Amino acid sequence: MSNMTHEPNSFAFTADYAEKAKAFIAKYPAGRQQSAVMPLLDLAQRQEGWVSRAAMEVIAGMLDMAPIRVEEVATFYTMYNRKPVGKFHVQVCTNLPCMLRGSDDVVAAAKAALGVDFGDMTSDGLFTLSEVECLGACVNAPMMQINDDYYEDLDANSTKAVLEALKRGETPKPGPQNGRQFSCPAGGPTSLTELTFQTEKA
Amino acid sequence: MPKLTIDGREIEVEAGTTIIQAADQLGIEIPRFCYHERLAIAGNCRMCLVEVEKMPKPVASCAQPVGEGMVVKTNTAVVRKARQGVMEFLLINHPLDCPICDQGGECDLQDQAMAYGSDRGRCQEGKRAVPDKDYGPLVQTMMTRCIQCTRCIRFISEVAGTPVLGGLGRGEHLEIGRYVNAAVSSELSGNLIDLCPVGALTNKPASYTYRAWELKKTESIDAMDGLGASIRVDTRGNEVIRVLPRVNEDVNEEWLSDRSRFAVDGLKRQRLDRPYVRKDGKLQPASWAEAFAAIAARIKGLDGSKIAAIAGDQADAEAMVALKDLMALLGSPNLDCRQDGAKLDPAVRASYLFNSTAAGIEEADALLLIGTNPRKESPVLNARIRKRWSKGGFKVARIGHKSDLTYKYEHLGASATVLKDIADGKHPFFEVLKAAAKPALIIGQGALAADDGAAILGLARKLADAAGLVKDGWNGFNVLHTAAARVGGLDLGFVPGTGGRDTAAIVDGAAKGDISVVFLLGADEIDVKGLGSAFVVYQGSHGDAGAHRADVVLPGAAYTEKNATYVNTEGRAQQTKLAVFPPGEAKEDWRIIRALSETLGKLLPYDSLKAVRERLTKVSPVFAAIGEVTAAPWGAAFGTDGTPSDRSLVSGIDNFYMTDPISRASKTMAECTAAFGGGCNHKKTGTHG
Repeated sequence: MSNMTHEPNSFAFTADYAEKAKAFIAKYPAGRQQSAVMPLLDLAQRQEGWVSRAAMEVIAGMLDMAPIRVEEVATFYTMYNRKPVGKFHVQVCTNLPCMLRGSDDVVAAAKAALGVDFGDMTSDGLFTLSEVECLGACVNAPMMQINDDYYEDLDANSTKAVLEALKRGETPKPGPQNGRQFSCPAGGPTSLTELTFQTEKA
Repeated sequence: MPKLTIDGREIEVEAGTTIIQAADQLGIEIPRFCYHERLAIAGNCRMCLVEVEKMPKPVASCAQPVGEGMVVKTNTAVVRKARQGVMEFLLINHPLDCPICDQGGECDLQDQAMAYGSDRGRCQEGKRAVPDKDYGPLVQTMMTRCIQCTRCIRFISEVAGTPVLGGLGRGEHLEIGRYVNAAVSSELSGNLIDLCPVGALTNKPASYTYRAWELKKTESIDAMDGLGASIRVDTRGNEVIRVLPRVNEDVNEEWLSDRSRFAVDGLKRQRLDRPYVRKDGKLQPASWAEAFAAIAARIKGLDGSKIAAIAGDQADAEAMVALKDLMALLGSPNLDCRQDGAKLDPAVRASYLFNSTAAGIEEADALLLIGTNPRKESPVLNARIRKRWSKGGFKVARIGHKSDLTYKYEHLGASATVLKDIADGKHPFFEVLKAAAKPALIIGQGALAADDGAAILGLARKLADAAGLVKDGWNGFNVLHTAAARVGGLDLGFVPGTGGRDTAAIVDGAAKGDISVVFLLGADEIDVKGLGSAFVVYQGSHGDAGAHRADVVLPGAAYTEKNATYVNTEGRAQQTKLAVFPPGEAKEDWRIIRALSETLGKLLPYDSLKAVRERLTKVSPVFAAIGEVTAAPWGAAFGTDGTPSDRSLVSGIDNFYMTDPISRASKTMAECTAAFGGGCNHKKTGTHG
């Protein structure tokens, strides 16, 4: 609500996104086109990085609904950004499991590496740092999401490494940053280490 | 029809009824904040929790449909504890500023906190504060008090049809707000105040001026438009503080338009509180006797044909019948109650009534709007049309101005020739009307108030016959009046007698000197400057156009200050009740005319309200059936056969907020005009056809 200064006067989907939007609307029965409001907001965010009021009005027009109904959805879900974000939107989880596994260090490292606080964008427009609620990757806590990718099993050093790599224009490999494969046990397999097959006894 | 038991009492209700509705039918009270019987069910306040046997947890009775054999308990320890929990949550962030809150004393939250609230809070944290929103000059917001019941959101979206409010944010940060730049400019926005169960939305013009328990409540009838909504006039001393709607399913359900609600400050301004007589070109204060003497001196010896009378939009039936009788005694056939010049046929009652009735609109399945903007002419009726439209299977078309009516319609053009095409069966919409089971048309004063009005009325009649608008048990021919006085005036025959002049001819005659004395009964919307050198007597409540031109001013009473009869656009006679006394020396209108008749030596044969009303019922039985619609037979032809001109059929109301002397004197209505640009259908800078 407060960042009116960012609001552009107009918004239009690019041809590519307009095509995708059409496909989403077509997924719903006739007269139920309003159901496509969430994917369309997502498309707008992918195109612009955030959802502007102008974008909401365009979407409201496309779906034949009141702009306020679109705004209700866009403000309800925290994943829709209501103000511009940097090229990389760094979202650090600080919920309980991540905190117990050391998200405080991750937060400190990210703040130090980027030189900004939560909710702020770096002056070069590259990064926005956000604090978010659980992103559902507790098994690999602590973690952060950068755009569409999860970086997991972080500590201060690996957090810094990921962010520095992004600064250099590289694309660090998403997933666990401590060599662990996906979410298998952290110290290697602990059960079923030997596979023995026995016939079932009667 | 499922049968269920609530608190040991059995009831059989229609399938789909919710528990709270079944309990309401039994008269068992279940507390609620978000549930409202005229709005969609939200189920978010949780105050209406009840216990249902075989259900593991208390259920929200507003959202739970009844089931066969359900056993509901509304007053058990479990229920009380659940509601106490809900109340505690609601009060966590509620400021409890009841002593300075305008809702105090009539607040649902306050009442229910008495039943379910604790005397102390367990919450040590600070309360959240929410910035107030700007809802315009009518609705005061105190959003910190809001409990997010979302009634306002549902009302403005569903009933008013102007979806500008919504819930923004989530959880602790949820705020009710309006869409940026979108004004809360519905003509029904005052109803948000009634719906709000707490003090978040209150009456802005009257804020901090009253406590609910100080007010004397008088049940009355609205006279600001043709619908005649049921209202309650709340007064303190001799001052009208506010006007609220009363439930009347047949007329206004429980809504009221903003003009009817908020123009009441106009009752205190620009009032005529004593007689005036023009001396040396200036209106000088006078006594009643001096004023009557001045009139008598002028009328004495004058031929009846040189005297004329015009009744305005808020004249009551008692005053009109008295004036009509007086004119008859003076030998004048020149009288008219159609000051806008509408070519209504007083001989055929069905030709000037809203025959389907307001509630009947909900049964219609096709509707043609002719030269009317119901949203501005009668917002409450428009909400009914919208309600019907929302149910689906309702085709609406419109001839006239193109504007947002809050429902979709087919715009057929503005010209009267379109109407001719439809009446001739040459237009596709004719087939729509013909195919409909209950087709209807609504013709506005904008279409009728012109030289070709009679031809248009004739066309409408032709269309009604050709398309089957009138059939057994259904009459879809509707005239929408904008003036509270009009139907009553036509019913009692306040129209030109044999060889008499109508409004235009009276003004014309006065300009030419053929008419020497003009009596204006609250008639301000005529061309008063064009009355030439005629001697003008103005009787009315406000110092508006008519009083400025007058030679004698007789101070009358406004609709809140007299026991008076009005007939609404449906043909329903209704009576206002005196809520406050007229200011100063002003008097009830029929009494003034009765007193004048004595001075003129033409004594009217009634001297009590009862006697005037007996006279009224003798003139027309309509006035005997108070509160009832006296239906009119369809049969006699009306209107003329001529071809109408090619003019645009547009509504006669340009500025919804200012249509009569009371609303023109109202500061609140002036603020609305400034804020919303004179009605909601066009911008401030826009032009209106």
